[in-house]
Amino acid sequence: MEAVAEVGGSYAELSQTFRSRRTRSVAWRKAQLQAILKLLHDHEVQIFDALHQDLRKHPVESFRDEIGVVLKSANYSLSCVEKWMAPKKVPIPLLFFPSKGEVFPEPFGLVLIFSSWNFPISLSLEPLIGAISAGNTVILKPSDLAPACSSFLAKTIPLYLDSNAVKVIEGGMDIAEKLLQQKWDKIFFTGSPQVGRIVMSAAAKHLTPVTLELGGKCPTILDSLPNPSDIKVAAKRIAGGKWGPCNGQACIGIDYVLVEDRIASALIESLKKNINRFYGENVNNLENLSRIVNKQHFDRLRNLLDDPSVAASIVHGGSLDEKNLMIEPTILLNPPLDAEIMTEEIFGPLLPIITLNNIQESIEFLNSRPKPLAIYAFTKDETFKKQILTETSSGSVIFNDVMVQFVCDTLPFGGVGQSGFGRYHGKYSFDTFSHEKAVLQRSFFPELEPRYPPWNDFKMQFIRLAYRFDYFGLLLLLSGLKRTFA
Amino acid sequence: MLPTLFNENKCRVGVGVGIQNQKFSISIAGVGGSSTPVQKKAEESNTTTLTPSLLSSSVAFLTLLEVVRTTASIMGSEAQKVFDAKDASSMLMELRGTFETGKTKSYEWRVSQLKSMLKMTEDCEKEIVDALHSDLSKSELESFVYEIAMLRSSLTLTLKELNRWMMSEKVKSTITTFPSSAEIVSEPLGVVLVISAWNYPFLLSLDPVVGAIAAGNAVVLKPSEIAPATSSVLAKVLGEYMDSSAIKVVEGAVPETSALLEQKWDKICYTGNGRVGRIILAAAAKHLTPVLLELGGKCPVVVDSDINIKVTTRRIIVGKWGCNNGQACIAPDHIITTKDYAPKLVDALKLELEKFYGKDPLNSEDLSRVVNSNHFSRLTKLLDDDKVSGKIVHGGQRDKTNLRIAPTILLDVPEDSRIMSEEIFGPLLPILTVDKIEDSFHMINSKEKPLAAYLFTNKKKLKEQFVRNVCAGGLLINDIALHLAVPTLPFGGVGESGMGSYHGKFSFDAFSHKKAVLYRSFAGDAPARYPPYSPGKLRLLKALLSGSIFGIIRALLGWSKA
Repeated sequence: MEAVAEVGGSYAELSQTFRSRRTRSVAWRKAQLQAILKLLHDHEVQIFDALHQDLRKHPVESFRDEIGVVLKSANYSLSCVEKWMAPKKVPIPLLFFPSKGEVFPEPFGLVLIFSSWNFPISLSLEPLIGAISAGNTVILKPSDLAPACSSFLAKTIPLYLDSNAVKVIEGGMDIAEKLLQQKWDKIFFTGSPQVGRIVMSAAAKHLTPVTLELGGKCPTILDSLPNPSDIKVAAKRIAGGKWGPCNGQACIGIDYVLVEDRIASALIESLKKNINRFYGENVNNLENLSRIVNKQHFDRLRNLLDDPSVAASIVHGGSLDEKNLMIEPTILLNPPLDAEIMTEEIFGPLLPIITLNNIQESIEFLNSRPKPLAIYAFTKDETFKKQILTETSSGSVIFNDVMVQFVCDTLPFGGVGQSGFGRYHGKYSFDTFSHEKAVLQRSFFPELEPRYPPWNDFKMQFIRLAYRFDYFGLLLLLSGLKRTFA
Repeated sequence: MLPTLFNENKCRVGVGVGIQNQKFSISIAGVGGSSTPVQKKAEESNTTTLTPSLLSSSVAFLTLLEVVRTTASIMGSEAQKVFDAKDASSMLMELRGTFETGKTKSYEWRVSQLKSMLKMTEDCEKEIVDALHSDLSKSELESFVYEIAMLRSSLTLTLKELNRWMMSEKVKSTITTFPSSAEIVSEPLGVVLVISAWNYPFLLSLDPVVGAIAAGNAVVLKPSEIAPATSSVLAKVLGEYMDSSAIKVVEGAVPETSALLEQKWDKICYTGNGRVGRIILAAAAKHLTPVLLELGGKCPVVVDSDINIKVTTRRIIVGKWGCNNGQACIAPDHIITTKDYAPKLVDALKLELEKFYGKDPLNSEDLSRVVNSNHFSRLTKLLDDDKVSGKIVHGGQRDKTNLRIAPTILLDVPEDSRIMSEEIFGPLLPILTVDKIEDSFHMINSKEKPLAAYLFTNKKKLKEQFVRNVCAGGLLINDIALHLAVPTLPFGGVGESGMGSYHGKFSFDAFSHKKAVLYRSFAGDAPARYPPYSPGKLRLLKALLSGSIFGIIRALLGWSKA
């Protein structure tokens, strides 16, 4: 009951704040962005602690993936928000002269953000930055699976940001349901397709637009690189990208690698070396690796490995430490394609390597599966690059690196098909939370008589010419030099 | 079996199903044509018994609409099959097959289809005008202006610009990912579904299809069954002019639409009303399909008192009654003006209305009729409401047999009346009055967000306030409906008036996925990016971030999120 009252009360307060129009001013938006910067600055240690508690993230990893990313985005928005807010003039056809056209971005109003547990700080604050920059009021519901971060956000955000306009409501599915009963002007969701469907169905009742940031099995294609040192760089980036950010529990994390038979062993050797160098050798003594978020996910991952034919394909790692919810970086070579590990998103430290006779086959391999959030491809072959670009579909494509697209503010971040829709980051975050209002201003003169009934042939002829933007014809017609047959 | 029929003889099947729909259109027509679950059930059973004979009969008798119509009603009882989920699914599979060949992605294919559609609008102009006349008694000029010419100008613009739209957009790759280059590539979404409305049945069917083709998608179009003649013309001419392996028309009503909505589309574009919009969104949610909703709303016109009254009233009249007799999603729904000015405005409107449509507007050739008897009775009910029946200051005449209602003006209707709580979508125009013209903004914002809001004024300050304060899909100052024809402006609603936008490049974008592409080289790796992590690495990152040349130093390090 209390929760219902909280949701209702917060919603009413947000509506009132939005109606007061104060969230629309540049000053308010900038003040909120600055407040986020200050919050991060003042509470760095608490954030490190919370992330360590929830996911055992190393402070450097936390800084790189959570604090640093948000600092960068908040700074970027701060420097651009005024420019983004300005109405954009558009050219108008001469026929409409004199008139003025512009696109005027305006805030949607009340926004609901659901974030997820794997990057509990950045996936909460990154969309929040967009929503605030666009002048909305916001309720943020962090994931209850990262409770320390959730409670940190709930306690700290009201101390820094305008608490009548930005609220954090903690809770699980029951609270999410209560929130979804309200009529929002926009819902932004990061998480799984299953919950995404629920969110979208609830939004349908109120015609609320939704952005869904989902995941999918993001593949990495490794072409045969002529230079052996390039394979090393690729393996290093794969090892850093697979197990570095939250130990594979990332929506843009590498799910599996496609490689030609003859390169597989070189890749595996190189990956092993990097694993040892980065994370250590013993499951009881792993460093710099996040743990699995909870028992349920730990069991899910263990089940993936329990399939005997999958277990047989393990070529590195595979040890589990249930007490500490740790799973060793694990490499599998050619697990069966119909096993769950190759049909479901892995979202953990298991890395299947699938070998192909020819790397060209990877295109068909990808196209026979749902569209992923990202495709990574290590190749120097320009034709192959073009082929990947035009013949496959995914949220994004990154050549010769992994996961760096997340920090590129000029690129839209978002999925397609099963990996979601809508996009954010940088200006795209602003757009995601704005309605682009079309504004056309006309004057009372001149007045074109043929616009009005009663209709006749002359008017028909006039309109025909006007639509062709045939100004010369119009001139002839008006001066009586053109015959007026329709 | 049906999909094959569609292939081989789309025109015939089209005609058949079209008739069946027309037969039912009356029983199911809500605003935009959906129905309650109970009705739906009844219709489903009805259609099931009817259609197959329609199909066979139409295939057999063909071409002449009238002939088939008669046949259909005679042979109705023998029918057994309707376009169902199975048919929809196999049609979709065929289209996916086409899409996967990559054919629709080529510039040449897109251009050939758009050119072919352009040719169709020239070759079949008469047929289209006739169909529109049969569905809505639209005058030839109105059909030409708002349906055919609009589509042509959309096609011409698309053909001219497509090359440029298709080019990838280079963006600055940020210093965080240095050295690298970045671009945004537009790719087609796949197979899209366009469900259109009956009020501009030609334009609202094909304008989104233009966007879908331009973006390289395969398309299924479901025209509205409430404009049956246009629906069957569309089925016929698209079958003749377009690549039928990638562009298909499914005619039908609720059962056919439901069958289509069960499928997994890559995008759905729907024009119509909020009630059906919700059904479409809910169906799309099951497959995580993005949706473009073009709905309507009560579009207000604010009239200030310092204006050129003649020009203002003429523009209002042509926007209200000259656009399908008020049955348009951007038509003025009501006027808000000051108490003092209202009588003057009413007089001016009366004067100009008579100049446009004569003393007997019920018989004017230049006014469309009300689409069907369902809508006719809906509109007359609005007028017969006790709260408003005494407020009529002009018009009010009706002709039930010919489904005509004269342009009607009502003054000072109460805000809680039915006419002020739902979209009017017809020739009735209530005028509300306020003490100060600025009060109108609050009045508009206290209601659901409309698709368009209009203001007539000469005051600069009032314009600015209007633009800043009034929330609507689009705003137009000192004219009506014209913003629709400006392809550089996005056309779309917000809140109850819809989501997403189209027209011009926005149409292309609406049916494209913007794929982010980042190119990196093998060089430029910084150790700070990789574990093992050390306090030194953290210190380094923090020191760098606190400095004012934050980005540059990061670039030097090649630091980025891995």
